Amino acid sequence: MNVLIILIPVSLVLAGLGLVAFLWTLKSKQYDDLDGDAWRILLEDEKPRDD
Amino acid sequence: MSISACPACSAAPLAIEIAAKSAVAGDIILSLPSIHCAGCIGTVERALMAVNGVTEARVNLSRKRVTIAATGIAPEQFIETLEAVGYEAHILDAPMMASVDTDSEGRKLLLRIAVAGFAMMNVMLFSVAVWSGAAEATQKMFHWLSALIAVPALAFSAQVFFRHAWQSLRVGSLNMDVPISLAIILAAGLSVYETSVGGESVYFDAALSLTFFLLVGRYLDHRTRIAARSAAQELSALASPNAVLLVDGAQRTVPVTTLNVGDLIRVHVGMRVPVDGAVTHGGSDMDRSFLTGESLPVHVSLGDQIAAGEVNLTGPLTLRVTAVGEDTTLARMAALVETAEGARNKYTALADRAAQIYAPAVHLLAFVTFIGWFVLSRDAALALNIAISVLIITCPCALGLAVPAVMTTATGRLFRRGLLVKNGTALERLSQIDTVVFDKTGTLTEGHARIDTAAMDQTTLALLAALARASNHPVSKAIAAALPTLNSANITDVTEHAGQGIAANWQGQSVRLGSGKWLGCSQSPALKIGDAPAIPLHFSETLRIGAIEAIAALKSAGIPVHIFSGDTTEAVDTLAAKLDVTSAHAQMLPADKMARIKQLSDDGAKVLMIGDGLNDTGALAQAYASISPASALDASRAASDIVLLSRSLAEIPDAIRTAKSARLRVLENFGIAAAYNLVAVPVAILGFASPLSAAIAMSASSITVLVNALRVK
Repeated sequence: MNVLIILIPVSLVLAGLGLVAFLWTLKSKQYDDLDGDAWRILLEDEKPRDD
Repeated sequence: MSISACPACSAAPLAIEIAAKSAVAGDIILSLPSIHCAGCIGTVERALMAVNGVTEARVNLSRKRVTIAATGIAPEQFIETLEAVGYEAHILDAPMMASVDTDSEGRKLLLRIAVAGFAMMNVMLFSVAVWSGAAEATQKMFHWLSALIAVPALAFSAQVFFRHAWQSLRVGSLNMDVPISLAIILAAGLSVYETSVGGESVYFDAALSLTFFLLVGRYLDHRTRIAARSAAQELSALASPNAVLLVDGAQRTVPVTTLNVGDLIRVHVGMRVPVDGAVTHGGSDMDRSFLTGESLPVHVSLGDQIAAGEVNLTGPLTLRVTAVGEDTTLARMAALVETAEGARNKYTALADRAAQIYAPAVHLLAFVTFIGWFVLSRDAALALNIAISVLIITCPCALGLAVPAVMTTATGRLFRRGLLVKNGTALERLSQIDTVVFDKTGTLTEGHARIDTAAMDQTTLALLAALARASNHPVSKAIAAALPTLNSANITDVTEHAGQGIAANWQGQSVRLGSGKWLGCSQSPALKIGDAPAIPLHFSETLRIGAIEAIAALKSAGIPVHIFSGDTTEAVDTLAAKLDVTSAHAQMLPADKMARIKQLSDDGAKVLMIGDGLNDTGALAQAYASISPASALDASRAASDIVLLSRSLAEIPDAIRTAKSARLRVLENFGIAAAYNLVAVPVAILGFASPLSAAIAMSASSITVLVNALRVK
């Protein structure tokens, strides 16, 4: 059962990373225009790639 | 920004920078009622970015707005730019919108959901281990770990419930949040105690999943409500923020708020009049359709009164200001909407009515259980333990989801058919309506009058087309638009007579198109060829798609239909006859519409108002439920419960049917929640409840309620 000492912190840290990632998306206002974002993927890029 | 090898990597941070940018002072916000797709976003942003001096233009499709960062460009110019690419735009007051736009409450709720979800999943993992047989030291460690995660997570996430419960307790009433808070606090407290003494009854997972599901329900509820921002706020934001002040003949652009009664202001063509005033110089045609519902422009000249909100169509005007700020017609209308909204907010949602019965019942039950067990066993700790488990089991997980789940399904279904539901209780109210009132201009009709050419011969039509095309007057434009394929007659010496009409020469005769007074005809406008008597021109309006079907369907469902319009009696009667509506009222002022709806409501009718103009906002807010087409101004859309995104009115009877079905599902869900309690509560009272049975019962009832919600038609 000693493996728990490693596994429990690992699972907590991984879940915590997910939480932090969500908080970041929330903070950078990525949920403000969900309808618009869904359509924007269909827009053509205005600037062609340089390479 | 650093140069990156992969284009996606360098593009991504840029996108975030743009998304993160919110409206700041100096930004211009325009309302774009007609945008709806990717093409619209692209066209609008490209057109605006092409304007010199624009550093950024970002469309928000959910709110149908565009935020423009630019220096030294008047907002009116952007409106012209957008009109040139085919989009209708209106100025919104940026600082005012910035204050409503930041949905900080919704963001906080999401944050709490995230924390509760994170904690719930982790604690569940430990609980599964305990339920499947972890014992002794392992069990104890897992319980302590659960406590370590759950207690801070609950303290943060469940704050919403605690705060509302406290607010309601302070004024001596009980709402749903009181039993919720009590259950969460007691479950956490009991679990911490049990953990410290090495006991079995640890309810951390139940407390967290309860918090998580209820927060989700709360967020769904909030989402439907946030779209329904205060109509009054948007009405004020619509008022033009700037005016052109005339000082000793020089023009100066100043904020509207600095204007005083008696100032002279200039109103250019295409501008919305910022304040009420009287014309001191110039003459023009004003578009009053949003204020009064009149489909044709109205001519104004020296001395005429003009109200804030009218749009100047044909010639520059100088006005002497007669009313500013709170005293303008537009502001008075906003005040009307505010009072009417207060009346609507009195409607108690089904969920709240259920809570009024439920909350006292739960507390009483838990209290009786405690007394009963204490009397029987003389063991306070045991009695408390069982009383708390009763509270946790009865806790309204299913009840909390019963309404939001159905509403989310129903609003989603309606959205796919082109109806945007904005108000949380809109569907409940819509399901009960028994009278429908339509506005005319812009709602039953497309809003633009078209000339009725049935009674005219080819020569007359050709002349009419020629004269109409030669003029820039909005009525002429409407005539010309109705005759696009005609070859126009050859006319010479075209002269425009301001405020009267247009004259020309045709085969040696004088031909004139203009106001009835000018041509000696009883009706306006009219056409006069040579010395023959003037021919009055009749206008008919294009019906909106589905108008006939919608009214027929409503009538066959036994719902009486009325038309309330601000337009002339003639125009209204013609339309009413076409649609087979017997109750049609014309020349109604905004206050008349409100008063009639109030009268209908006082007589016991539950009125559904469907309208689009500023003159309808009061009526929309006054009615029991309201719908406005997407082509309406933001203010009218904000005053209504439901926005009709599709062009067709035929969806309205369907929407009423969906609302009825949704109400039925909500009532069924309450039934399911009650049935589940009927089984679970006796088990808990008898002291057989365990953390595992609580978790199973809670998920089972929530899932049943969610599945039932999907049955909305």
